[in-house]
Amino acid sequence: MGEPGTKEILRLEDLEAAGNIHTGRKHVLSVLVENKPGVLTRIAGLFARRGFNIDTLAVGPTEDESVSRMTIVLDGAAHPIDQVTKQLHKLVNVIKIRDLEPKDTIAREMALFKVSADGQSRGEIMQLAEIFRARIIDVSGRTVTIEVTGMADKIEAFELMVRPFGLVEMVRTGEIAIARGKSQT
Amino acid sequence: MRAVDAIMECLKAEGVESVFGIPGGANLPTYDALYDAGIRNILCRHEQGAGHAAEGYAKASGRVGVALATSGPGATNLVTAIADAMLDSVPTVFLTGQVRTDLMGTDGFQEADTVGITMPVVKHSFQVLDPREIPHMVHEAFYIARTGRPGPVLVDVPQDLSRADIKYDPSEAQKVDLPGYKNFVEGNAKQIRLAAKALANARRPIIYAGGGVINGNAAQELTDLVLTGGFPVTCTVMGLGGFPAPHDQWVGMLGMHGTRTANYAMDNADLIVAVGARFDDRITGKLSEFAPRAKFVHIDVDPAEISKNVPAHIPIVGDCKRILPKLMAEYRALEADRARMDDWWRQLREWQDQYPLKYESSKEGEIPPQRMIQAMYEVTGGDAIVTSDVGQHQMWCAQYYHFSKPRRWINSGGLGTMGFGLPSAIGAKVACPDDLVICLAGDGSLVMTCQELATAVEHDIPVKVFIMNNGYLGMVRQWQELFWDKRYSAVDMGKSPDWVKLAEAFGATGMRVEADDEVEGAMRDAIEADGPVVLDVRVRREENCYPMIPAGAAARDMVG
Repeated sequence: MGEPGTKEILRLEDLEAAGNIHTGRKHVLSVLVENKPGVLTRIAGLFARRGFNIDTLAVGPTEDESVSRMTIVLDGAAHPIDQVTKQLHKLVNVIKIRDLEPKDTIAREMALFKVSADGQSRGEIMQLAEIFRARIIDVSGRTVTIEVTGMADKIEAFELMVRPFGLVEMVRTGEIAIARGKSQT
Repeated sequence: MRAVDAIMECLKAEGVESVFGIPGGANLPTYDALYDAGIRNILCRHEQGAGHAAEGYAKASGRVGVALATSGPGATNLVTAIADAMLDSVPTVFLTGQVRTDLMGTDGFQEADTVGITMPVVKHSFQVLDPREIPHMVHEAFYIARTGRPGPVLVDVPQDLSRADIKYDPSEAQKVDLPGYKNFVEGNAKQIRLAAKALANARRPIIYAGGGVINGNAAQELTDLVLTGGFPVTCTVMGLGGFPAPHDQWVGMLGMHGTRTANYAMDNADLIVAVGARFDDRITGKLSEFAPRAKFVHIDVDPAEISKNVPAHIPIVGDCKRILPKLMAEYRALEADRARMDDWWRQLREWQDQYPLKYESSKEGEIPPQRMIQAMYEVTGGDAIVTSDVGQHQMWCAQYYHFSKPRRWINSGGLGTMGFGLPSAIGAKVACPDDLVICLAGDGSLVMTCQELATAVEHDIPVKVFIMNNGYLGMVRQWQELFWDKRYSAVDMGKSPDWVKLAEAFGATGMRVEADDEVEGAMRDAIEADGPVVLDVRVRREENCYPMIPAGAAARDMVG
């Protein structure tokens, strides 16, 4: 391909079509939105209407009270992520979107597990919790409730471990994520 | 002042002279303010009509169209027009009344969640919750509606808040504070250079222009590029008039009912330059077989359109009015040899000779529908503003009325809204009172919004309605004939209504023509008559619109 501005003729064969590519991996989008009524509805409506499925969604305030942050996790195998971000950008209340690179990102999720536990299994479960750096936050005659924080895969691993004891309930927040180092999320 | 008086000041500051709408309980204050605000209200007979009239006004003039409606049913009646404006990117502002704030959420009388109902079909919307925000919101609504890719913006004002006493400071209210709203204008210089080179290298290029050229007021810039480069050019149904047809380099409309030459050109092109077009399914046919030999340059103001349906090799995001001249300058500097396209032009001419648009001429004096359009073209000198409904007549008009200027062809392309023609003609005539405005109606479509004849008569808006009357939902009948074994299910409209009597009942002039050799005369009479006229043109009933790409087929498999 010739330098810009020269009369050198471009070969069309050298061009590669861009866009509409399925990356095949999980994407974490960090979306700054104006803190106004109806913004969540607009985003949820957009996803529903365009046929994009959200894996998880977490919303909360930021250091600036006029702005909220949404962390949206999507499957890049099922969706053309560039189309998702472009459509999101068209919403007037969406200020900024970052598709966070996994290697430059710290992501965390919290989960609460309520597990069946009689006297015998309680000790085993507590040991497991310790290994996962999880915390016991409630104990009853028949259950223990555990709080786990970490990446999604850690939480999923913990879930696998406690399931055999009898998983009564599980609640997950969805991932939140922040850029490593000085760079802005 | 009252918030509603501030709204009137906002409208005037935005240059609004006419609005279209209907009062009701929740927007009584708005209409009270309108009473002596110096803005003309066109009282439409149904909110859908008001919405389409606002669209017609916007499409004909390029200015923002405004429609007003009350809460609940008033607002829900607007929804079709709002969706229509969304799909065709029409700059419009819809001001709806809402029930009092103390009633909101209680299923109050005439309450509907207007912002919620319209959310999927607006460019943006504002729910007023604090009356002091109203002036700012109204100005931002206009700003969003007309900038970037234009579209509909809704402002929903609860009745009590609209009576609140607020201050209106024009300079303060007109400050735009939209941190998340950015538009691209200039286009990336490197990409433009790359596109120029691609054009210079292409042996079988074609320029494919859409409604963005009309919305972006870039018809002249498009024409300059096409003439400079000697490229063939085709337009979508929304882009007609973006290039002055008929012309040597014009290969006709493309898409489902486009010319074979245009569609075959897309199929065989090595480079397609899309300008303000969005590769709609009516253009591409079967996507996987669309333009298999082509590379794509895609110029659009909306980044989300780039690579949405067809991956672009050279995306250029920005305003085509700014980009096309730069592309032309870059291209000219390359001094490409036109002879490289000789074979291509030979091929295009061959297709044009082999596959002209054609139809069977009149037998026993009946009127072929295509000839009706040709008569219209002749009688108007090709210079009318033509609005249309949706169906066969729309496609025939796109094929046979050669639009040579932008904003002369006003139709519902994206949503395909039957009943669009008459109210949009009213809006167009209000915007351009000195132009001849013809509504080319289908008999199936017109009956959906014919109440607006009352609007045209009462407000003395002399639109000329030419009905292509075949007594069928013609396009549906065509599909049933071709693809559903001629099982004509619910498409025969019979002889009702009697359009002449209906026109007269509304106080308009009604005329009818049934003989082929009387068409031109009848049209001239209709145009010369005072006031609104309905001309019922009885055409050959079972005519099919050809050529066509059957649904889901590729361009090379056109039939007819």
